[in-house]
Amino acid sequence: MRKVLVIGSGPIVIGQAAEFDYAGSQACRSLREEGLEVVLINSNPATIMTDLETADRVYIEPLTVEFCERVIAQERPDGLLASLGGQTGLNLATQLAEAGILEDYNVKLLGTSLNTIRLAEDREEFRTLMREIREPVPESWIVESEEQLQELIPRVPYPCIVRPAYTLGGTGGGVASSPDDLWDIGRLGLQLSMRRQVLVERSLLGWKEIEYEVMRDSADNCITICNMENFDPMGVHTGDSIVIAPSQTLSDVEYHILRSASLKIIRALGVEGGCNVQLAVNPNSFDYYVIEVNPRVSRSSALASKATGYPIARVSAKIAIGKTLDEIENAVTKTTKACFEPALDYCVVKIPRWPFDKFTSGDRRLGTQMKATGEVMAIDRTFEGALMKAVRGLEVDTDTLHDPKFSAMDDDDLAEAVRVATDDRLWAICEALRRDWGVQRVRELCRVDPWFLERVEALAKGATVPPAMGFKMVDTCAGEFESKTPYYYSSPDTEDDFVSDTSKPAILVLGSGPIRIGQGIEFDYSCVHCAWELRELGYRSVILNNNPETVSTDFDTADALYFDPVTKEDALHVATHEGVTGVMLQFGGQTAINLADSLESSGLPVMGTSPAAIRAAEDRDLFEQLLTKLEIPKPPGRGVTSADEAVAVARDIGYPVLVRPSFVLGGRAMEIVWNESDLRSYMSAATRASGRAPVLVDRYIIGKEAEVDVISDGVDTLVPGIMEHVERAGVHSGDSMAVYPAVSLTVEEQRQMVRSACLIARELGVKGLMNIQFVVEDGVVYVLEVNPRASRTVPYLSKVTGLPMVKIATRCALGMSLDAQGYRSGVWDPERSEVSEFGLNDSVLSPPDPGLFAVKAPVFSFQKLTLVEPTLGPEMKSTGEVLGIDHSYPSALMKAMLGAGMRFPESGTALITVSNDDKERSVGIARELVAHGFRILATAGTHAHLSKNLIQSQAVSRISEGEDNVLTRVRSGEVSLLINTPSPDRSAEAEAMRIRRVCVESGIPCLTAIDTAEAFIVSLKARRDKARVHCKALDDYFPRVARKNTAAATAIPTES
Amino acid sequence: MGSPEQGDPAFARVSRKEALERHLVLKDGMVFSGEPLGADTDGFGEVVFNTGMTGYQEILTDPSYAGQMVLLTYPLIGNYGINDDDFESDRVQPTALIVREACKSPSNWRSRKTLDKFLCERGVPGIQGVDTRSIAKHIRSAGVTMGMVTSRSVADAQDFLHSVQDYGEQNFVEQVSTSAPYAWGPAGREDLDEPVADYKHKVAVIDCGLKFNILRRLAALSCRSIVLPQSVTAEEVLGWKPDGVLLSPGPGDPVLLGGVMETVRGLFGKVPIFGICLGNQMVAHAIGGKTFKLKFGHRGSNHPVKDLVSGKTTITSQNHGYAVDPSSLVGTGAEVTQVNLNDGTVEGLRHEAYGVISIQYHPEAAPGPWDSRPYFEEFVQRIERAGA
Ligand SMILES: Nc1ncnc2c1ncn2[C@@H]1O[C@H](COP(=O)(O)OP(=O)(O)O)[C@@H](O)[C@H]1O
Ligand SMILES: Nc1ncnc2c1ncn2[C@@H]1O[C@H](COP(=O)(O)OP(=O)(O)O)[C@@H](O)[C@H]1O
Ligand SMILES: [Mg+2]
Ligand SMILES: [Mg+2]
Repeated sequence: MRKVLVIGSGPIVIGQAAEFDYAGSQACRSLREEGLEVVLINSNPATIMTDLETADRVYIEPLTVEFCERVIAQERPDGLLASLGGQTGLNLATQLAEAGILEDYNVKLLGTSLNTIRLAEDREEFRTLMREIREPVPESWIVESEEQLQELIPRVPYPCIVRPAYTLGGTGGGVASSPDDLWDIGRLGLQLSMRRQVLVERSLLGWKEIEYEVMRDSADNCITICNMENFDPMGVHTGDSIVIAPSQTLSDVEYHILRSASLKIIRALGVEGGCNVQLAVNPNSFDYYVIEVNPRVSRSSALASKATGYPIARVSAKIAIGKTLDEIENAVTKTTKACFEPALDYCVVKIPRWPFDKFTSGDRRLGTQMKATGEVMAIDRTFEGALMKAVRGLEVDTDTLHDPKFSAMDDDDLAEAVRVATDDRLWAICEALRRDWGVQRVRELCRVDPWFLERVEALAKGATVPPAMGFKMVDTCAGEFESKTPYYYSSPDTEDDFVSDTSKPAILVLGSGPIRIGQGIEFDYSCVHCAWELRELGYRSVILNNNPETVSTDFDTADALYFDPVTKEDALHVATHEGVTGVMLQFGGQTAINLADSLESSGLPVMGTSPAAIRAAEDRDLFEQLLTKLEIPKPPGRGVTSADEAVAVARDIGYPVLVRPSFVLGGRAMEIVWNESDLRSYMSAATRASGRAPVLVDRYIIGKEAEVDVISDGVDTLVPGIMEHVERAGVHSGDSMAVYPAVSLTVEEQRQMVRSACLIARELGVKGLMNIQFVVEDGVVYVLEVNPRASRTVPYLSKVTGLPMVKIATRCALGMSLDAQGYRSGVWDPERSEVSEFGLNDSVLSPPDPGLFAVKAPVFSFQKLTLVEPTLGPEMKSTGEVLGIDHSYPSALMKAMLGAGMRFPESGTALITVSNDDKERSVGIARELVAHGFRILATAGTHAHLSKNLIQSQAVSRISEGEDNVLTRVRSGEVSLLINTPSPDRSAEAEAMRIRRVCVESGIPCLTAIDTAEAFIVSLKARRDKARVHCKALDDYFPRVARKNTAAATAIPTES
Repeated sequence: MGSPEQGDPAFARVSRKEALERHLVLKDGMVFSGEPLGADTDGFGEVVFNTGMTGYQEILTDPSYAGQMVLLTYPLIGNYGINDDDFESDRVQPTALIVREACKSPSNWRSRKTLDKFLCERGVPGIQGVDTRSIAKHIRSAGVTMGMVTSRSVADAQDFLHSVQDYGEQNFVEQVSTSAPYAWGPAGREDLDEPVADYKHKVAVIDCGLKFNILRRLAALSCRSIVLPQSVTAEEVLGWKPDGVLLSPGPGDPVLLGGVMETVRGLFGKVPIFGICLGNQMVAHAIGGKTFKLKFGHRGSNHPVKDLVSGKTTITSQNHGYAVDPSSLVGTGAEVTQVNLNDGTVEGLRHEAYGVISIQYHPEAAPGPWDSRPYFEEFVQRIERAGA
């Protein structure tokens, strides 16, 4: 074994998030420790695992059989490690094997065998195996066709549970309470299952849900890392449940009945590596059922790793290459072996983070299908302490269990709120207990174990948790052995495990908290790189974060890790404790940046860009003054506090206007408003969401959007590159496709951008990173907003420019000049690996040509979020992103779309229904589709327009206009592509919404912006001419840069 | 023994009112203050810690803890209450319980009462609200020491601690062993003479501090156990015509058990012998080996042990303060069959000539993982081979 190919998990979607970057990176490092060469393929650029520091060869390519085969053909790896790439990796490995590719290139699948994967993933084979080894599984029926479903419907007890095979996050599953439900859910499940197989199962709603994280090596040594008890009983997906580790209500006998069962199961399956076993336990007897096994590292195992300190991914990787548990060192104690079971002397609580603060229209009920985008974990010596820490860390505008929404409810409504699981049921339960309903009654409603309810009741009735005093260590062994790993949590106990290191100055890096829409893994990427660079520069890097899924909370990322909420109090507590010289905020997203003022006024020095400058960038009026002074145009508009004001402003700048509260991330509560009445209704709603800050009313400029991330030392400013958005302004920067370098911006427009960026950075005195978004109209470049911090695009841009952006920014923040680092003002030229003065020196006629095109495409999780509108707007909705890189724009675009899950229908039927503004451009699109052999369906208006332009299309009536209409056509499965752009006409829009929803739910590609549709056509062409589609490792694009990137000139810089 | 007030007038019962605060006083001078738990009496003994996260009921009734005060490192204790089944002996064995938080509202379908109520009923004191992690770390670095849980003044406690014998000097086995023989079969406890349910083998169990689960495991393999007092002689044991002999675990320093060693020696080569924990140490001494005291012992449910014969590592349940010195076994004909993966200490012995196998940890678990149950099967197979 010499060379190993590792498959990443691709874009972040609900059910498969940052935990796989954490796992994958740990695995890569673990393999390299063993002297192996690691080749990595992952389409997600916002990951540590795709860093040149993590793997030897990095391919940012779509995770498809096609591209994996090309990588295998080029690299000729001896082994394939897929069990760390989540469900994506597992399914891909299965397909590669079935396509005979692994055999052809004789690549050995490492770790868990295909046979094992099948035994665990295939619901039927699994059920059979369980029966053989006499482990109980609930009564169930396998369905593999609609016919089978039909004839099953009358025979099953209701409610029953639908569970598709080979899916993740419960996709396509659900609780069917009636035959109709079963028909709908079952059909969908069949569609979404890679194997067209669903399991219909007896309901165990209300049973305890318990998970065991277990490990097995090739020598058949088996251990459990920890077990976890769900607060929410069976029926709520474990990913959506509040989870406690270790279990609290199981006696030793029960604990070991389940432990023994779990070990028996992985032995029977022959798993090699980490594995997750889910069990349902009868609260009133020894009875239990096996629910499922995930024969791979999973979200739960990331949680278990952070909860226990046991590096599951690291050890799994070593097991995969044949090492045994008794040989592997316990990386935490460094004095014991990996073959042991962690002993906790604290309690861990995980609470999921849901996107319903943004998707106010979304269906907030929780079921067997996961909806959370992220989670927070908290550690404390008591359950109450951990629970309240977790609540504080959620960043849901409350740090108590008291929610006025529920106190306002009458008893009947409250009872319903307690009975039905939702994202905020915990608060409802608390209110009920405050009303003296008593643990018994509440239990009957929500089926949560009394042990938890008793404690919530105490808190509801005013019990307070004692304040944090010292810090305790997470050491995997409850203090039995001396441990070397500085992994801490605050505790009310005075005694302290803290081992200080005064040999070097310490700096605190604030993490970005739970992953949510608008603030994802990209920010963790920057925090990690900052921590690494600090360490490299000889500082003691200290991280504070509470997100168990991330690399930043891996115990060996920083010199010290504090697993506590990212709040002012906690930050100050850690800072004083560590005696830090300063705090880094600019990498932790809005979570960290929002603490700038309060931390500074509490006497904690903020490194880099000053809080005053941050305010100047985020405060509307201050920023306006700044731009006026610099004579940089911005969209006309004003901050208002009342509806009348708003209307007045809109009158003189003219509709459409774009309205939003200031001080929000991810364009929350932001809308394009076309008329006065809409504006008034918006104002009443928005003032609530925005709190103290005013509402901003801007003229909505319908133009090209672009953005830059720049690094400044306060004087000079380095512009790594300009990213042009594919969709015109109005689509949130996080949701639009973006291409680097710009493809249609004029040289002059790009000049203006570089110039503005440098002026703003210097005027603000930015020390570190800054992100600027522009919109272009008639050659004028307006500044939309400035984010004085690391942005979402930093990882992507770092990779395609080869510039270690965070590294450079960190040094600037510490007071080191760009010049001292070998850079200067201007635009980075990756080809020559030098700075071009384009934009600053008019003798430089054109921007540098990087010799590649990199297209970022957003990825959404609409399938999981019922009732959420799948259209693009100023409000961010995507959960993740992918990158497509190639030498030509079309190829890069095609890869991006492919990576984002677009199945290019080779031919078929396209349904086109677009707003009047878009009719003109729909002609060209339709023409190309026809040329590519598509049939076109169109609604009346669009049909008329197409016919006028002599394009064949068949008219379909609106839903309201008859039996055979657009909706029935879509339902019938006839449509393979939808192009629909929202129009101001409300009735048309109402219908469009239903159609889009159906498409999303049945997995039909949905293009909801005309620009996206045009981009689709471009890539459809590229798809056909294979010769121009390359498959290259990142550093093959510009070898020179790869070298510069890894070369680390290190010296303690002069203190700022 | 247990609470010192018998025979020591200095320690009259303190009333609830006064007992608002309780101290854990260590002989080495450390004092930790918390709230009372369990009975209003004082307790003293050797302070040891157990890192298991479940199993407090089994631990509290494990005779090997006689003369010791047990500290549980998991902070939330008593969550699932006390039930009617999970007893390892009829008594609460440790002299006091030390926890960070004792659960007042347990939740489990088998729970009958709270931990506090149970301790009160059994007259055993405890202390809660102390920082158990820092105490455990202190013991880890300073080693086990005598200590006292008391509501009286620290000075009194210190004086008392210096006036009493150290743990190692006392023979607890005499106190925990059964006074008269009894039987345990597939149906549970049986009268000796009662016509028993059919069973395959008869095992004589020398009770030095037996855990019921050992008898339950044997019964599960259809063995009938005859449990005999620790004072029994080899002749008496053989008089029961056993197919095999099991040497039980138990408290204290094995060197004090000359009588039992004598008995064990008398059984060598006559019937298959299986030693567990203290039993393992008895075997070592009986063949001329030695034991030594560990700095703070092994107590918990997560200790990895490597079986040198099979090459496999299993997670074991452990509770011992003494270990066999491997160098002392040279020339005795005994071989080390298992070692602890963390500190390399001896975890198992075999002496083929004498027909003896023994292990240092607890294959009967309770509390802890069930991975080592197969060693009972190995014992039964040896019995069968010897019988054939
Ligand atoms: N028979 C059942 N009765 C009630 N709830 C169930 C049943 N089977 C599964 N569930 C619930 O559905 C959730 C998701 O099921 P699972 O098979 O684990 O999906 P996934 O593979 O996405 O994790 C589980 O976490 C559990 O809460
Ligand atoms: N005046 C405007 N004209 C046109 N589009 C705008 C305007 N202001 C904002 N937008 C659009 O809204 C999106 C979100 O606005 P932005 O200020 O970036 O919010 P956030 O702080 O959430 O990033 C932008 O990416 C852009 O597409
Ligand atoms: Mg699951
Ligand atoms: Mg923005």
